[in-house]
Amino acid sequence: MINTLNTLVRKVPNWLLYLVGATYPAWLLYAGFTGGLGVDPVKAMEHALGKVGLQVLIAVLLISPLRRFTKFNFLSWRRALGVIAFFYILLHFLVWMVLDVQIISQVKADILKRPYIIVGMISLLILLPLALTSNNLSIRKLGPRWRKLHKMTYLAVALGGVHYIMQTKGFEYEPYIYLAVVLGLIAIRKLPKKRAGHPAKRQAA
Amino acid sequence: MAHRWTNDLTHDDVTPKSAYLNRRQLMAGMAGLGLAALAPKAQAASDLTPTDFDVITQYNNFYEFGTGKEDPAKHAHRLTTQPWSIKIDGMVDRPGDYALSDILSKMTIEERLYRFRCVEAWSMVVPWNGFELKDLLDLAGVQSSAKYVAFETLYRPDEMIGQKSPFLDWPYVEGLRLDEANHPLTLMATGLYGKDMPKQNGAPIRLVVPWKYGFKSIKSIVRITLTDKEPPTSWNKSIPGEYGFYSNVNPEVDHPRWSQASERPIGGGFFAKRIPTLKFNGYEKEVASLYDGMDLRKNY
Ligand code: HEM
Repeated sequence: MINTLNTLVRKVPNWLLYLVGATYPAWLLYAGFTGGLGVDPVKAMEHALGKVGLQVLIAVLLISPLRRFTKFNFLSWRRALGVIAFFYILLHFLVWMVLDVQIISQVKADILKRPYIIVGMISLLILLPLALTSNNLSIRKLGPRWRKLHKMTYLAVALGGVHYIMQTKGFEYEPYIYLAVVLGLIAIRKLPKKRAGHPAKRQAA
Repeated sequence: MAHRWTNDLTHDDVTPKSAYLNRRQLMAGMAGLGLAALAPKAQAASDLTPTDFDVITQYNNFYEFGTGKEDPAKHAHRLTTQPWSIKIDGMVDRPGDYALSDILSKMTIEERLYRFRCVEAWSMVVPWNGFELKDLLDLAGVQSSAKYVAFETLYRPDEMIGQKSPFLDWPYVEGLRLDEANHPLTLMATGLYGKDMPKQNGAPIRLVVPWKYGFKSIKSIVRITLTDKEPPTSWNKSIPGEYGFYSNVNPEVDHPRWSQASERPIGGGFFAKRIPTLKFNGYEKEVASLYDGMDLRKNY
């Protein structure tokens, strides 16, 4: 069963993933113009892109432990999902800048002095070089440094989770669950690899 | 006494005169209508355009029904608003439970077209119907020792399902200084667009303080207490560094997380332009003197 699924997953071409990925913001735009996002399509789109962007990033981080602890292998999707997530977050930023805040002096002021925006910005700036090097040429050129660079994904996603918490008002569980999941994924990475198959260790995990 | 303050707009700009009183308020409002005809005709026409009814009723912060802007429209139908009474207590001559129907029979319902500015930097223009809070306070007889007015929203988690979550410390509470409460702009609203107050907007009766951020205008009020101490307010208890007791609209004092210099009018779609926020939400002439000598940066 797992093997058939894994074969299927591997067969999905990258362009199809990108196409499916691109339909989401396109749908948001369509829904926004036709009333599907309610009376404030700007905020609805800004929030949806931030949230789904973070979800896709978490999905990216899930791929490795999924392969390690189950046998599901989505490795062939990881790069495309990462690029799609970056694209959502970039749009999240652009919607904020162009449609929400609009006034360029206010955009600058916010980036400089609002802690939750600063955290989001740092996260986006970390994701930028990762997205730019998500291609075969960069992997070949950077060699072992590529893996090191792309470990920064964990930091970027954790900061995204912190940013999510910081932008809430009142108390909500949801953002804390996201951050907990991200921190959990980071913790799992630290589990010793070699002995992961040992029964005692498995229980502990 | 009604009509201490006159709109910039005429009723006709919002709704045909005949439609502007709802049935429940009609009896109480008859006297007011007669007076309205005699009142000085509206001053210079303003460019205030009322926000669409559908927008006003589908985009709400009413956390008793959930944290999303559409949650109140989705869940507020569970709220039962009849019978309804307001407990008025504390430093008043005639404390007690005041049935809403009794209150309304003594009040003159007016229409007030007010700007509404949320602390989240969005805004609407709302044609409220209601009476001045002062008239209600007079009914109960405020004692001279009273300095503040405290308000409380209904707590009924079975109907207000948002109260099952610890989002805020329920019930929602708010407060005003007595001179703010007595100001003729301060309204107890029982409807909008000439209809009974929609549940998602704070049925059956809510406060409207147009020169303060929207969260001061507490909804579905069940208790009013006159006191000599500054009463606790929900958002101030929750995040004191961001929400103060006064919360006057002020473009010069930013929220720690965003600028208050401008606002997004809701209802204009993707490309709605921001507009500058006005000091005291445009009611500076009427209310600035209440705060003479006060540091508005400190008393945010
Ligand atoms: C320059 C960078 C960024 C800016 C300017 C920005 C701005 C914003 C703003 C303005 C909000 C809404 C706050 C509100 O309405 O009160 C928001 C929410 C959010 N942002 Fe960002 N953000 C940035 C980067 C990021 C990144 C990198 C992530 C994720 C990795 C992210 C994820 C989110 C999430 C999950 C939300 C909450 C959405 C919801 O409530 O459903 N943002 N952001």
